[in-house]
Amino acid sequence: MFDTFLLEAIINGVLLGGVLALLALGLNLIFGVIDVVWICYAELVMIGMYTIYWLFVFYGLPLAVAIAAGIAVVAALGVLLHVLVIQPVLGSAPINQLLVTGGVLFFLQASATLAFGIEFRNLGLRMPVVEFGDMFISFARILAFATALVGVLVLWLFLTRTYLGTAIRAISQDREIMPLMGVDARRIYLITSAIGGGMAGVAASLLVLQYDVHPAFGLSFGPITFMVCVMGGLGNMLGGFLAAFVFAQFISVGGYFLHVEWGYVIAFVFFIAMMFVRPKGLFSR
Amino acid sequence: MDRRILAVLGIVALAAVPQLGLGNYHLHLLITVLIWGFVYTAWSVMGRFGMVSLGHGAFLGVGAYGVTMLWNLLGLSPWLGIVVAVALSMLLALLVGYPCFRFRIVGHYFALVTLALGEVVRLTIVGLREQTGGSLGLTVEGVPGGTSLLAMQFGERASFFYLALLVWLAGLWVWRMVDRSMLRYALEASSEDEDAAASIGISVTRAKLAITMLSAAMTTVGGALYAQYQMYVNPETVAGIGISLQIVFAVIAGGLFTQLGPTVGAVFTLLLAETLRVSFGHDIHGLDGTVYGLLLVLFIIYMPKGITGWLAGRLRPAAAATRPA
Repeated sequence: MFDTFLLEAIINGVLLGGVLALLALGLNLIFGVIDVVWICYAELVMIGMYTIYWLFVFYGLPLAVAIAAGIAVVAALGVLLHVLVIQPVLGSAPINQLLVTGGVLFFLQASATLAFGIEFRNLGLRMPVVEFGDMFISFARILAFATALVGVLVLWLFLTRTYLGTAIRAISQDREIMPLMGVDARRIYLITSAIGGGMAGVAASLLVLQYDVHPAFGLSFGPITFMVCVMGGLGNMLGGFLAAFVFAQFISVGGYFLHVEWGYVIAFVFFIAMMFVRPKGLFSR
Repeated sequence: MDRRILAVLGIVALAAVPQLGLGNYHLHLLITVLIWGFVYTAWSVMGRFGMVSLGHGAFLGVGAYGVTMLWNLLGLSPWLGIVVAVALSMLLALLVGYPCFRFRIVGHYFALVTLALGEVVRLTIVGLREQTGGSLGLTVEGVPGGTSLLAMQFGERASFFYLALLVWLAGLWVWRMVDRSMLRYALEASSEDEDAAASIGISVTRAKLAITMLSAAMTTVGGALYAQYQMYVNPETVAGIGISLQIVFAVIAGGLFTQLGPTVGAVFTLLLAETLRVSFGHDIHGLDGTVYGLLLVLFIIYMPKGITGWLAGRLRPAAAATRPA
């Protein structure tokens, strides 16, 4: 017998994959170019969600404006993070760079608790549900998936078709030589941080439509994002993109057969197992 | 003065502390410092060789939950439960560590694999809610009267203090043994250059596995001790990314490369948390985390060797300069 619910889980997995892909892309871009892992990436998303929530619910701004402001705020945060935290440790051991953003993770999560309390908050919007056969698919998820795909496409065009994008790709290939060719590494790093932050902002605007926001939100999405990036090969954007969909299927279908946590457990165990089979990422050559 | 005399004097002074008639509160702080100081030492045993684990919550969780569940469900004494939990943890460390080290998963990749491990254990605990109580946590079943050596439960805090003191001292002793062993040189060489280390006959995989399993075993003991002391465990406080990062923060703050560094880190974080709690009360959620996070960032940027490393550099500039970072 054909199982409609299983199909629904698979489709939801694909839709979740789109959001994960967007998250992974931003992180991969930053790692590929600056060679730093922002452990606090999902916390930036959380701040973006709060910004949108606040502007929309409290100041009554139109949703589109709130989202645009949210993206701008997170992009600015990305630049700030780079200037204040990453730049001073660029020359020290890589693991210090990882840990320093771990400090930022604590800081952002706790500041959010301080500022907004631990309540779960949502926009209070009722998003329509799309009925398809016997399946019910949330419209917010379809929107998120579509936006994620568009975002990926725009980023890809930017990286391959513009001068700045080419410079970014070049510097990710050779950090020492490119400055000699007249590319200002500092400026490229700043721009990359802004784009990476902006992508976190876009992800925030998509997630805020589907999930309640609370200070620990980053902790529930952060680890998955890293797993996706590592599984695809850190810095390998195409790999991260594909890995996001693989990972999302494990969570969604695993969660369908068992409890939600088991979906995650299976996904994480699969991740650990894959590290041993393909240590440099699923799609490495 | 000879360092050894100094150490003996220090231990005697510490052992005399419960006889001073301190209140329960101060004794509680001391016990907390000793338990966490031990856990942090366990982490630093491997962390100092550039093997940064963001998943030590996994081993802490196995210790805390393993011992508690064996006691609650099967009535197995925690003394034996610790042995079982340590064996489990070492097996876990072996299963994850062997491929990691064999395939040279280092740096960021290693940190993120261990992060996944910590989350796997936390989610497994939450997922097995029928047995573990899920996110609500689990209470260690008390014995009538509150004191039983067999159950590792002591009504008197002072008794638990001595147990914690012994374990902590054992932790420092292990640290010293590692510090003076050939293993240390093998691992320092490996952390600099694995190929070069292997070429002079160091079995890199084996050396790393040994230190990882040692660190995992110690952390498990710490987790079990913590559960027995608190009489309550919760997946968020003993497993997962939060506690794992807290361990890393405390060690970095205290100092990664000195024997007492992790303990100083435990004192520092506890004093910080208590000061904030006493001055601002429980009502302001998130204040301690904000300060922690900010300090962690500042420590890594301005004082990467931690409090003890900085002190050592101040006291003996020449000696500190020759030590490899």
